[in-house]
Amino acid sequence: MAQRLLDFLHRERAAALVESGSHVGDEIAVVHRDHLLDVLTLLRDHADTKMNMLSDLTVVDYLGQQPRFEVVYQLYSLVHKHRLRIKVRIDDGEEQCWVPSACSLWHAANWAEREAWDLYGVRFEGHPDLRRILMYDEFVGHPLRKDYPQNGRQPLIRRPDAPATDDQTTRLLPDSHDRRVS
Amino acid sequence: MSEPGASYVPTVLQDAVNWAQKYSLFTYPFATACCAMEFMSTMGSRYDIARFGAEFPRFSPRQADLLIVIGTITERQAPVLRRIYDQMPDPKWVMAFGVCASTGGFYQNYTVMPGADQVIPVDVYVPGCPPRPEQVLDGLMALQRRIQEHRGHCQQQIGNTAAIGYTDRRKLPVLQDGTSMTLLPEERMPQDGRVR
Repeated sequence: MAQRLLDFLHRERAAALVESGSHVGDEIAVVHRDHLLDVLTLLRDHADTKMNMLSDLTVVDYLGQQPRFEVVYQLYSLVHKHRLRIKVRIDDGEEQCWVPSACSLWHAANWAEREAWDLYGVRFEGHPDLRRILMYDEFVGHPLRKDYPQNGRQPLIRRPDAPATDDQTTRLLPDSHDRRVS
Repeated sequence: MSEPGASYVPTVLQDAVNWAQKYSLFTYPFATACCAMEFMSTMGSRYDIARFGAEFPRFSPRQADLLIVIGTITERQAPVLRRIYDQMPDPKWVMAFGVCASTGGFYQNYTVMPGADQVIPVDVYVPGCPPRPEQVLDGLMALQRRIQEHRGHCQQQIGNTAAIGYTDRRKLPVLQDGTSMTLLPEERMPQDGRVR
């Protein structure tokens, strides 16, 4: 059924697609970042698709690959009962690691994008309030990145005589210290 | 007796006070995770913690003298736990309920604190994930022995509470790191790359 959606995308926005396909029954379309909002708006508003629900928004970190990150949008239509997965591939670095915000399309994107920013450091341009949502404001770095040390605790408070812990003595990467969008 | 060094002054009167206190513990359950289910069972009629005089949970730390840390404590929650401990009046005791509160348990990551004893002194650790109610009662009896023998953390600090002029900790600063309760970024992430 959902192959119809991929055909629809090929027909309407062929230039936006990087690749598309199906994996274990889920239809996936990888789009260019420049056309992301265009594709999402079309999927939400067109009478044949009506993707009026953003189920989830996540990020995958493929450390060592180019491009490094994949932002994943899980869309669902409450009208037609079909699903589609949209992916955007972005690279690491201050000027590359961003995608346009989908807050104007779904209110559900607000907190999901804040979580993705908090844990992966992907900026969402145009987000109304891009702050950390799970970690505390004093936290440095983005803990779900694959280059963050596993036991890299950043304690807010300790007893002066606190027992020793087995935290790893690993250095954070210097370029992962962006704490907030200015 | 009132100078800070004098921490352990056994007297007959102190023994009587300790005996009274160990059978009249007012608990404050700091319940954050699934161990709270076993705590409910312990409080309930089947296991009946009332047999040990600790049946009355106070949901204000200012009316409690036994803080039971039940469940996982994250780094973000640590200042809250510390503040609750500081709000309790002396003398006070702490029980770490379950492995997460004792050592962090199976969580070894950036967000879970490795044990509540990183921020507050813990008197008795109850292992288990979650512990059985019998285990909790065993831990409570261990705490009662500790109270009777005047070996609790706070008892050792404030000295002989049955005597006049024991150390009044209300005049001491409660936190080491100032009013914000947070460390500076360079203290949290030292420049040599060592993560605390």
